[in-house]
Amino acid sequence: MARMARKDIGEIRGIIARAKRLDVIFGVVGVLALGLGLLTFATLFVDMALDGYSRLTPDFFTEFPSRHAERAGILSAWVGTTLVMLVTACVAVPLSVAAGIYLEEYAPRNWITDIIEINIANLAGVPSIIYGLLALGLFVYEFNLGQSILTAGLTLALLILPVVIVATREAIRSIPSHIREGAYALGATKWQVVQHHILPYSMGGIMTGVIIGMARAIGETAPIITIGALTFIAFLPASPVTGTFPFLSFEWLQSPFTVMPIQIFNWTSRPDPNFHANAAAAGFVLVLMTLIMNGLAIWLRYRIRRNIKW
Amino acid sequence: MISMNFKRAVWVLSIGLIAAVGTAKAGATLVTIDGSSTVYPVTEAVAEEFQISKKGAIRVTVGISGTGGGFKKFCRGEVDISGASRPILKSEMENCAKAGIKYFELPVAFDAITVVVNPKNSFLKQITVAELKKMWEPGAQGKVAKWKDINPAWPDLPLKLFGPGADSGTFDYFTEAVVGKSKSSRGDFTASEDDNVLVQGVSQDKGGLAYFGYAYYAENMKRVKAVPIVDKAGKTAVSPSMETVISGKYQPLSRPIFIYLSEKAWQRAEVKEFIAFYMSQGATLAKEVKYVPLPAKAYEGNLEHLKKGKLGTVFGGTPEVGITIEELMKREGKL
Repeated sequence: MARMARKDIGEIRGIIARAKRLDVIFGVVGVLALGLGLLTFATLFVDMALDGYSRLTPDFFTEFPSRHAERAGILSAWVGTTLVMLVTACVAVPLSVAAGIYLEEYAPRNWITDIIEINIANLAGVPSIIYGLLALGLFVYEFNLGQSILTAGLTLALLILPVVIVATREAIRSIPSHIREGAYALGATKWQVVQHHILPYSMGGIMTGVIIGMARAIGETAPIITIGALTFIAFLPASPVTGTFPFLSFEWLQSPFTVMPIQIFNWTSRPDPNFHANAAAAGFVLVLMTLIMNGLAIWLRYRIRRNIKW
Repeated sequence: MISMNFKRAVWVLSIGLIAAVGTAKAGATLVTIDGSSTVYPVTEAVAEEFQISKKGAIRVTVGISGTGGGFKKFCRGEVDISGASRPILKSEMENCAKAGIKYFELPVAFDAITVVVNPKNSFLKQITVAELKKMWEPGAQGKVAKWKDINPAWPDLPLKLFGPGADSGTFDYFTEAVVGKSKSSRGDFTASEDDNVLVQGVSQDKGGLAYFGYAYYAENMKRVKAVPIVDKAGKTAVSPSMETVISGKYQPLSRPIFIYLSEKAWQRAEVKEFIAFYMSQGATLAKEVKYVPLPAKAYEGNLEHLKKGKLGTVFGGTPEVGITIEELMKREGKL
């Protein structure tokens, strides 16, 4: 009897040891996978920085494109990208958050809702060029918005809608149901529950979705080319702030534009190798822009989460 | 708190967007150009200098949609000027006619399609068009795989071919000039729309051969070597250069490139100014971006044609090889 028990304990210890070994192995594999990704990124990033380092002067940010590599800058490109991203965020975030809340909190469980859900999941996997073609037909020709910043922003907003909707729903689902029940028990209406509890608590998760979506949108080239972004443009859109009432102007939304990825693409395909340094420098700036945007969102998320006390 | 801000943001935005859509188009004078990536460097240089000289009073935008894509937009009346590395085709003429778009065809420079090999390739001193045809025709696919398959005097070296993709005007012209039929080519070569990839490929492969626009060769003379071309048996081999193209000796691979200007846009003062600038500075700027300028008479001739209202194309919608600029200027236009 005693011998049996000792044998059992030995066996159990063996199992535990094996399980722990697997634990360690998985940990190592995980770190390796992460390291591989980071290393690839770091190599590309450093290589790009070294190639473009000599071009990263203040002038590079304040000059328009030029046929002389040393005189060419990214002014129209970075302003274009910033404005397009602004429109994208302003359109995509409210729409997708509203859609996410509706699907989680309001939508009845029936086949129509199922169809909507399946379609959203499918849309997330549609190649971006398809969005470009849709936007060309719908925004450019049907709505007559032209080849403008507004069209580009709307197109990219469509592109990231599914991503943000899915993230919003995940964030809402992670809120414990006793919070809802508590609020309802105190007599809150559905909208009050959403407004005072669901939305604030899920903001962190929603921001994560927005980050992922915007990071995808900022690097997109195909749909932007399809709707007619330009390659050479040496002027800026009209200023959004004016000296006269109402002090705000939306003329810039109709302006022709270019964006960073298109500028980079154009420079890499030029015969003069000096332009390739420009392309590397512009690539470096684009990555920095993405990082700044993500940093901002992470900071916002941190601030929002800090204020939540359950 | 958050939701209050959020709500306010949504309101401001929706009102803003509605207001934006409602406002009229920007009033600043704008010249819009699109089209071929081959013509782009010349037009870009002109646009850059023009805007500097006008101190931003007239704005110019240049896009790259390719020759075909440019004509699509042009014949819908979306752009004022379209760049083209080949003359307008019949189908495109019909589209323009349907939309009531009349146009001027203005040659602006020459491009010389350059055949290049690896600098270490010492056996190829010249190549005939017939040999190029043997190398590139559709029948060569899978059969002509070594240099000696084309000419027994050449070594037993694998032949690695590089060329532009099927959407390119350069591809259209080269196949027309060499094989005899536009777009008719073997398919088993490394195709890329990015000419830098072609330069890279040939510079790393001793048995490599590629063709692309002269500007790419001019910027990469250290990495690749241009091959003199023999047009017909009995003629002497001619290397691509500014001189041989202007004199018309570099045949059949030199071609004029064009801009097409809509008649409606031509009525506008800013477009008139831009075109006048293009025709007076075009030669200098084309040379600067490594294209071969037309003789001065051709630019003057263009302005003359505009003044007289000579509309349409002189090609009648069919591609042509080896036409001289003088002949081109003399012909009658057709819409």
